[in-house]
Amino acid sequence: MDKKAEDPAIMQQEMKPPGKISRMFLTLYDVCQFVTRFFKEGFLPPYEGKELMRQCYDIGYRSLALISLTGFITGVVFTKQSRPSLAEFGATSWLPSLVGIALLRTLAPLLTALIAAGKVGSSIGAELGSMRVTEQIDAMEVSATNPFKFLVSTRVMASTITIPILTFYTAMVGMLGALLNVSLFEDTSARAFFQMSLESITFLDITASTVKAILFGFTIGMVGCYQGYNSSKGTEGVGKAANSAVVIGMFLIFIEEVISVQFFSLFRS
Amino acid sequence: MQQKKPTSLDAEKVIEINGLYKSFGSYHVLRGVDLDLYKRENLVVLGKSGTGKSVLIKIIVGLLTPDQGDVRVLGQHVDQISYKDLLALRLKVGFSFQNSALYDSMTVRQNLQFPLVRNQKQLTKAEVQYEVERVLDAVGLLQTINQMPSELSGGQRKRIGIARTLILKPEVMLYDEPTAGLDPITCLEINALINEVQERFHTSSIVITHDLTCAKAVGNRVAMLLDGKFERQGTFEEVFNTEDSRVKPFYEYNFIQ
Repeated sequence: MDKKAEDPAIMQQEMKPPGKISRMFLTLYDVCQFVTRFFKEGFLPPYEGKELMRQCYDIGYRSLALISLTGFITGVVFTKQSRPSLAEFGATSWLPSLVGIALLRTLAPLLTALIAAGKVGSSIGAELGSMRVTEQIDAMEVSATNPFKFLVSTRVMASTITIPILTFYTAMVGMLGALLNVSLFEDTSARAFFQMSLESITFLDITASTVKAILFGFTIGMVGCYQGYNSSKGTEGVGKAANSAVVIGMFLIFIEEVISVQFFSLFRS
Repeated sequence: MQQKKPTSLDAEKVIEINGLYKSFGSYHVLRGVDLDLYKRENLVVLGKSGTGKSVLIKIIVGLLTPDQGDVRVLGQHVDQISYKDLLALRLKVGFSFQNSALYDSMTVRQNLQFPLVRNQKQLTKAEVQYEVERVLDAVGLLQTINQMPSELSGGQRKRIGIARTLILKPEVMLYDEPTAGLDPITCLEINALINEVQERFHTSSIVITHDLTCAKAVGNRVAMLLDGKFERQGTFEEVFNTEDSRVKPFYEYNFIQ
């Protein structure tokens, strides 16, 4: 037999490195495998309940201050900016309905997701990236523990659970901001404001927001975990993982927003 | 320095490696490695940086897959068994990382509890506590139990890393550069610990190192990785009694002549 054909070293040398398009498809395949692994392993025992609770606390509770501030300011500013346009038509009484619908349908899910992509996505990417670089993930592997389950499944589940909760919290805080603005410039009571806002919100709005928030939460967790878990060696790799988690996360959130708006508008007509 | 007795080659083999190849792109690291580890033996693997020593032990625990070749650990083909069987096999193989790889968000206690509570669910809290204290005592660091890894010195981190692998009572230990980056006194302490682990826990070990003092102190046998193969194996004297220009500088640098 030809010695050249037997030697894997020579065989490897003769293999060409994959081109750009091939690399793109390989990455896509890798991502699909990563997502599939989450669904295959994430819901099977042993369950990492304690770690899931810790992650929910980290992702949810520790984002509250930033989310509260952003939601409140958005409510105030959106109301202030919308008033002149409505005033032109003598329709400032529609302000509570407008704010309620805008916040619940789009502003709250999108704002919460973008803030979480920046805060949570980068932190997951950096944390898992540094664990990869310092061989802590390998250490879990060799101690017969499934690191994917402990590190990835818990973080993805936690962000999928907490982002919808944070979304409704943002909507609520945003409404308080709007109420502050309305009560400063108009004679509308808090009760009347909330009554008008809530009357204009439909079950479909709540469903659409919940579905979007779940999707955004899953995306943020998955992108952060994928980037961190597969980060290349070295401190540069950790920085890249954190950065990619934010950039790719935000990009996907916008795409999902466009698609979901199109999808749910089918049910509105 | 007292040199250890060579192992009897009639002893039972715990690791058997035949014709192992591994490349990274066009870089061919391992080119037909053959190696055996015998029961209760400390085998020291020497070689220049980048010659694939760490790659070899990562293949042994299934962290990397070989391109070609046969790797049998405790009678099982590492690259052919299911993930579940691999996890079961890893319980019997301890791996001490070069930089210790302690979980830096956990205390020393939590680091040691982590593999134990996940793999031995029948243990009560008191039994887990007892095991943690037992291995910490074995490495002489019981007082660090509530400290964070960032509060420990390099030598202490290495010891805790070894303790974390010992808690699962492995049959085989793999040490990746156990004395790298440590001062000479701490190196001697780590060498003594490796020997103590062999005697007290009856382990068979592969020790990857550049440090010939460590090699001489802990190794029953030495194997030198040259150009992707083990070309020289035997006792310390047998390996270094040569004029081979690839081997001589190693000895001369470590023991100035």
